[in-house]
Amino acid sequence: MSTESAVTDGRATEARTGLDAWVREIIEWHFNPDTGCPFWLDWAQQAGWDPRREVGGFGDLCKFPHFEDEWLRGGPVRRWVPKAYADRPAFVFETGGTTGIPKSRVAQEDFRIDYELFSDTLPEKCFPRGSNWLMLGPSGPRRLRLAVEHLAQHRGGICFCVDLDPRWVIKLIKKGWHEHLKAYQDHVIDQAVTVLSAGHDIKCMFSTPKLLEALANRLEENGSSLKETGIQGIFAGGTEFTPQWNRFAHEELLDGIYMTPTYGNTLMGLAASPPSGPENGYKITYYAPQPRAVIQVVDPDDAEKVVGYGETGRVMLTTLTKEFFVPRFQERDEGEREPPCEQYPWDGVSGVRPFSRLASATTVGVY
Amino acid sequence: MIHFPVLRWGEPYQSLETTEVCHFSTGEPVAAVSQANPGIVARDLRKGSERARDVLREIPCADLLAMVKKGGELFKTADLPLGDGVQTPDDFVRQQSATTGLPEHMCRMNMGKLEYVLSHLDKVLTSLTRKLDYDILTRGYGEEDGVMRSYQATTPVLGMVLPSNSPGVHSLWLPIIPLQIGLVLKPGPQEPWTPWRMAQAFFQAGIPKEAIALYPGMGEVGAAVLNNTHRSLIFGGTATVEQYAGNPGVQVHGPGFSKILIGDDVVDNWERHLDLMVDSVLTNSGRGCINCSGIWASRHTREIAQAVAERIGPIAPLPPEDPEAALAAFTVPGQAAAISGDIDSALKEDGVEEISEKFQDGGRLVSQEHCDYIRPTVMHCASPEVAMSKKEYMYPFVTVVECPQEQMIKAIGTTLVATGLTEDPSFTRALLDARNIDRLNIGPVPTIKLNWLQPHEGNIVDFLFRPRAFQQAG
Repeated sequence: MSTESAVTDGRATEARTGLDAWVREIIEWHFNPDTGCPFWLDWAQQAGWDPRREVGGFGDLCKFPHFEDEWLRGGPVRRWVPKAYADRPAFVFETGGTTGIPKSRVAQEDFRIDYELFSDTLPEKCFPRGSNWLMLGPSGPRRLRLAVEHLAQHRGGICFCVDLDPRWVIKLIKKGWHEHLKAYQDHVIDQAVTVLSAGHDIKCMFSTPKLLEALANRLEENGSSLKETGIQGIFAGGTEFTPQWNRFAHEELLDGIYMTPTYGNTLMGLAASPPSGPENGYKITYYAPQPRAVIQVVDPDDAEKVVGYGETGRVMLTTLTKEFFVPRFQERDEGEREPPCEQYPWDGVSGVRPFSRLASATTVGVY
Repeated sequence: MIHFPVLRWGEPYQSLETTEVCHFSTGEPVAAVSQANPGIVARDLRKGSERARDVLREIPCADLLAMVKKGGELFKTADLPLGDGVQTPDDFVRQQSATTGLPEHMCRMNMGKLEYVLSHLDKVLTSLTRKLDYDILTRGYGEEDGVMRSYQATTPVLGMVLPSNSPGVHSLWLPIIPLQIGLVLKPGPQEPWTPWRMAQAFFQAGIPKEAIALYPGMGEVGAAVLNNTHRSLIFGGTATVEQYAGNPGVQVHGPGFSKILIGDDVVDNWERHLDLMVDSVLTNSGRGCINCSGIWASRHTREIAQAVAERIGPIAPLPPEDPEAALAAFTVPGQAAAISGDIDSALKEDGVEEISEKFQDGGRLVSQEHCDYIRPTVMHCASPEVAMSKKEYMYPFVTVVECPQEQMIKAIGTTLVATGLTEDPSFTRALLDARNIDRLNIGPVPTIKLNWLQPHEGNIVDFLFRPRAFQQAG
């Protein structure tokens, strides 16, 4: 086991105690007929046991089966809305959907809370309050689109967006229409360059790695650069981030602009990463926003076993908010388990990449 | 362990991502290879492609020719930089064999072939340019015999996505540098050796480092090379050929489906050509696109199949250092089993018979701990209608297909090299006119015997330079 962590045992223990207490509160909420959602109340009835009695902490969540995201396909989506929140306005966010019925997640305030918490991790100097943002990522029924806009608003800015339909991108890839794919990427970058050139005083942006690279290249072709557009801070994510790409971006694209890689999806909040650079080989380690979400790195053949620090395993996610309970969802990603750090006194994951046993089915294209 | 960096216009760059290439038979790592990311490729090509051609244009073509000739000598004989030390020619042979599975004597033969091409490059280019004055290529125009000629380079650099399985293909990119076109190479994952060593030999011979880039990596790096060069060569299977068919910027080198076609006037004396047939199938362990994978005749096909099978069927795997080793190993896990399975499926069709089977105790597939072999396979096909008649694999595999001569040309499909064993003028004329045949040999020429002075799957000079009109006011 690695002993690199600068965190005292005390802080880690405190975090764990807090997590256990939060788990009890969340279980009580979701499985209480007065507050819980129809899906989980029905589930408990069929399962024949009462989680409120049997779950005393995070470790007891192993009594639940692995959450299956197939459960999210199709309606009625109201079955996921907790009774206590039935009167609140609801959003629905979708994942996938290139073919067939997409998976849907109902949300009310979660995306705002998650991104406000993430906002606290952003350095003020690089993401100045009151400055405007560019959202260079997927649009449509995506959580990311509204979440980034909320982040900008939360920090006192206005968010400018582009149109980007990832489902069309995936279709282009599957059809092998490479020229169309390039044209679509150009179309997206055209929009970004136009927004950046329009005097909107944009200093911050969200981008995926591929689009950031394409934007930087386009600006250079035009005799400009990311720096010259006035961008000071980049929040990046949405697709796989390798240390090599992180290094390439820092050394050759960013010219001193701050970039923070993130890991997340519609089911969870946003896992942030402490700064990386040449001092740590540009390694990116993500830490979930505990206690609202917990990431574990588990043995792919036995998800009950968390792998040792530094060892490779499949990412397993548990989401614990009052809007949404996702126990032990096995992600389509793998990575290495990392010890707690000063900023995040709980386990993290580095080297996140598509789960090798499923990798061939994963399509990452223009964005 | 030996480390191959990325070469960014000659400058080594150590990536944070490396892959190991392992010894095919022991599984031990032999080298670590830095992996480029597509962004690096795109960026370098945008910034450095024109520079690559410019630095080469500062050197006259004749001088570049002398340099690459010298490079050929160095490639074959010198100790050249590799990793933290140097690589001797013997090291190169051993290392290339270790990761590609090709027997050492075949690696040495390919090394000699590359040196041969480089030492004769002046003649090769004279032939491919049809004796054009090189200064016209450099300047873009010039008079020859009182006629104004103008040629424009279609690209400042040529991109190449290279294979792992056949080191001989590197001969295709050797004429590029003297044409003052830069080189952008994406080596095959198991064969980083030749591009690296050739680049080092060229540098030592005086070729400017800014003219050559090497980007090891996986598929997306190859795609980046293709997407960021105006002209490129790619090697791959049928799917790759179909993907890039009709793309004028990409010259695709796929399976050859090379064949020997025996005319009715010769077929009764087929025994005279048995050595030619065996050599065409077996040389270089059948890995080349120019290896014969089909022998077509109107009669005696069963006897031909039997005779070829008697010669090559008993051949078994030998250690790579054995000078008698005739078979290359399959180093990609599962590949040989998949091929053998595909053959089994095609065998289920009526009219197909595996003639080599009786010479192979234990079957054609030989599985070892870290690699596999498939023993030479001879199939008899009673007609061209059976699916087996169109099969080709990267080992000594040949179908002997019974087909009337008058149906043969239409039935063979696309064929890189056809050797027509005939003296019949009408069949010869038909072969000459067949647009599905690229390289044509009439008479007893093995399919694997190349004349280097002739174009291979298109003239590379025509691919890289377009003739155009040019007038200059007096």
